[in-house]
Amino acid sequence: MIKVNDLHKSFGDLEVLKGIDAEVKEKEVVCVIGPSGSGKSTFLRCMNHLEEITSGDVVIDGESLRDPKVNINKLRSQVGMVFQHFNLFPHKSVLENVTLGPIKVKGISKEEAEKSALELLAKVGLSDKADVYPKSLSGGQKQRVAIARALAMNPKVMLFDEPTSALDPELVGDVLQAMKDLAIEGMTMVVVTHEMGFAREMGDRVIFMDEGIIMEEGPPSQIFDDPQHPRTKEFLSKII
Amino acid sequence: MIEQLTEIFTSTHFRTTLPYIYRGLQVTLFITFVGVIIGFILGTIFGLARLSKSKIIYGLATVYIELVRGTPILVQALFLYFAVSDFFGINFDAVTAGIIAIAINAGAYIAEIVRGGVESVDKGQMEAGRSIGLSSTQTMRYIIWPQAFRRMIPPLGNQFIISLKDTSIFAVISVGEVTFLLRQYVSTTGETFVPYIMLCLAYLVITIPAMLILRRVERRLDV
Ligand SMILES: Nc1ncnc2c1ncn2[C@@H]1O[C@H](COP(=O)(O)OP(=O)(O)OP(=O)(O)O)[C@@H](O)[C@H]1O
Ligand SMILES: [Mg+2]
Repeated sequence: MIKVNDLHKSFGDLEVLKGIDAEVKEKEVVCVIGPSGSGKSTFLRCMNHLEEITSGDVVIDGESLRDPKVNINKLRSQVGMVFQHFNLFPHKSVLENVTLGPIKVKGISKEEAEKSALELLAKVGLSDKADVYPKSLSGGQKQRVAIARALAMNPKVMLFDEPTSALDPELVGDVLQAMKDLAIEGMTMVVVTHEMGFAREMGDRVIFMDEGIIMEEGPPSQIFDDPQHPRTKEFLSKII
Repeated sequence: MIEQLTEIFTSTHFRTTLPYIYRGLQVTLFITFVGVIIGFILGTIFGLARLSKSKIIYGLATVYIELVRGTPILVQALFLYFAVSDFFGINFDAVTAGIIAIAINAGAYIAEIVRGGVESVDKGQMEAGRSIGLSSTQTMRYIIWPQAFRRMIPPLGNQFIISLKDTSIFAVISVGEVTFLLRQYVSTTGETFVPYIMLCLAYLVITIPAMLILRRVERRLDV
């Protein structure tokens, strides 16, 4: 589904990603962990071209992000993204947040878009919030709307960048539950997270990133219970 | 002193200036409205140009904005009405010159309002728009601009009031706006005090309600 080949990313002189090779298979849930500043967000953002790739390549379902013939907007619409700070559209109602993409990008009729938006909102447990504006929602509700908004485009992959780290602890559970439901349905997911419980339970694979490279990767049991690399051990000992 | 005061308050000039004020204010408002609307279009174009990644487009917009903001509007009006029309041999009438002067002048200030408004929208909004597949133009149109515009309303209202007052300097190029007409009145009657009080009131009748409306709108936008 996603293939990342020798991905490098620099901001000016600062090389943030120093050659990343990774693969995400269909229906796989890959969790990315690592210390702050290690390049996790940058890695994720390169995967839907929110950041220009410096060198190397990202291929999504056979289409290269660096191929000038590829329609980047279309490709992006197939890669859902959920941000740490939700980034809902504050001037639009919850329903409009979810229907905007389908209507403007896919050209779906308003009625049809609203019908499927309501289904998605029901799925994340927010049927009753369709007509309110984002500012009246709690953080956890906002993030679930953001998930519904991304799902409305019928993406092949969902990227999550620390979706729960801006939330009060008591609101984390609902968002994680929505993500679990999604994983169980077979969505392909890449999740940057500090929620080790989620990574252990839902992750098919865990990637440990440090200083712009993948230091170690493997099934959750291996990474959490039997880490090989000293940096992984050090990182895990600090957070658990 | 008392005598003078009673004389003022019983003065017939209160009444006789009214037709001048009525006629003049119409011209003042006409120039202001048309000028500010064109200025808004210019301001949007140049404000967005200031956000452009292209150095040339950014540079051109900057030159326009700084030239206008760095010179007094009186000088701009004189330049337009006399210098430009002499040099190019075009003769626009005084009202047209006034409208153009307001448009160009307000355009530069509005450009900065537009730039500031767009920049004030969180960067995550552009990213969220792009991530659902909207193009950058679509994201600007459906996501960024509506949010930026809301924040632009108070400073735009302010600019409207400034431009309205600025039209008074067009008296020097004989635009028949309210200041010009009242000066004519003064020079024919020789009376100064009451006509100029009436002139002040003429502006205040527009500007004070405008400010009150603006304050209400601001409060509504806040919540
Ligand atoms: N737009 C940018 N311009 C310059 N430097 C950037 C930019 N974005 C990120 N960086 C730098 O790249 C490095 C990696 O950032 P990134 O956000 O990818 O880390 P992260 O692993 O997601 O960290 P965190 O856990 O704190 O979110 C940091 O040193 C950061 O300062
Ligand atoms: Mg990050």
